[in-house]
Amino acid sequence: MSNPYRYTRTAIGLHWIIAFLVIAAFGLGLVMTSMPGFTPTKLKYFSWHKWLGVTVFIFAVLRVLWRMTHAAPPLIATIPRLQQIVAQAVHVLLYLLIFAAPLSGYFYSLAAGFPVVYLGMFPLPVLIDPNPALAQTLEEVHQVLVYTMAGLVGLHVLGALKHHIIDRDGTLARMLPFLER
Amino acid sequence: MSKIEQSVIQSRAIQRARIGLSLVLLATLGVSAAAHAVPIDASQSTVTATGKQLGVPVVGKFKKISGDVNFNPAQLASSYAKMQIEVGSYDMGMADYNKNVLGADWFDAGKYPKATFNSTTIAPLGGGAYQVTGNFSLKGKMQGVSFPVTPKVVGANQVFDGVLTIKRNAFGVGSGDWADTSVVADEVAIKFHIVVPTHK
Repeated sequence: MSNPYRYTRTAIGLHWIIAFLVIAAFGLGLVMTSMPGFTPTKLKYFSWHKWLGVTVFIFAVLRVLWRMTHAAPPLIATIPRLQQIVAQAVHVLLYLLIFAAPLSGYFYSLAAGFPVVYLGMFPLPVLIDPNPALAQTLEEVHQVLVYTMAGLVGLHVLGALKHHIIDRDGTLARMLPFLER
Repeated sequence: MSKIEQSVIQSRAIQRARIGLSLVLLATLGVSAAAHAVPIDASQSTVTATGKQLGVPVVGKFKKISGDVNFNPAQLASSYAKMQIEVGSYDMGMADYNKNVLGADWFDAGKYPKATFNSTTIAPLGGGAYQVTGNFSLKGKMQGVSFPVTPKVVGANQVFDGVLTIKRNAFGVGSGDWADTSVVADEVAIKFHIVVPTHK
């Protein structure tokens, strides 16, 4: 029987995989949108960014399915109620964003007239027709969502460090088991 | 002049008259064969070119095309198709993409404004399809090409549908860094739907 006070290894694995994918996609997104002109490298980066986004979405689905069938451990009892609420809120928003951000990017690409071919091999469904006006809107939506996610990730990391370094309450060890003493 | 000489001169005159008449007849036939070549209905015809970038198909349409088609399945030897495409009219639906594709690395439309196709032979493939062979010119280079076409009669028009696949690097379209076919594939599918009013 799994320990109800611990995250399962699968949950931990999924957490870190998604974390790395999100950071990579965001970093690539920043680089590619700052590249001038129209070059093959820029085109490659845009494609890789979209592939990362699709992968985030896939793992987000797996993450939620796992969480629905394997309860997360309760928050550590010594944490004050307000901090618990803030932490839960950030987590919920992050869960929503790992769906919303890739979806907004996906529909932005379709509206701009570029179907997504995952890994250059698997054409994904073309759910909407090209629509330049919609593309402009979705570009902004995607930007707002990913910058919000970046901010929340920052808060999430700072919060984890605060609990580990200042409160020393064992929170971070739940996702980084090697930190357990 | 002797009677024999006179008759030789006469028969030669008749021969020349016969040749002359045949030539006139041939010329007339030639003219009437040419008269069956009809300009295409550009408003109903489409020519698109689809490329692939990292697997993603990108389609553009040439908005200005013209040509003449003379297609008679009973007279394939004298049938032909001539097409001219204004390269600068290529529209991918995205303004910045359009601007880039007309540049020197790609179409270089300012220097090479027209792409052309002139058929040399048309041969039956069976099943109502025909193999068209001819010369395709783009960005100052010419290549022999051959592709199947399926003609249909729709109302008062002949309609020709087919796809011609070219390798863009053979024409220098997408040069320099863009020659890398792992980013933009070499094969480009030129799909055409040509409508020709039938000449009565």
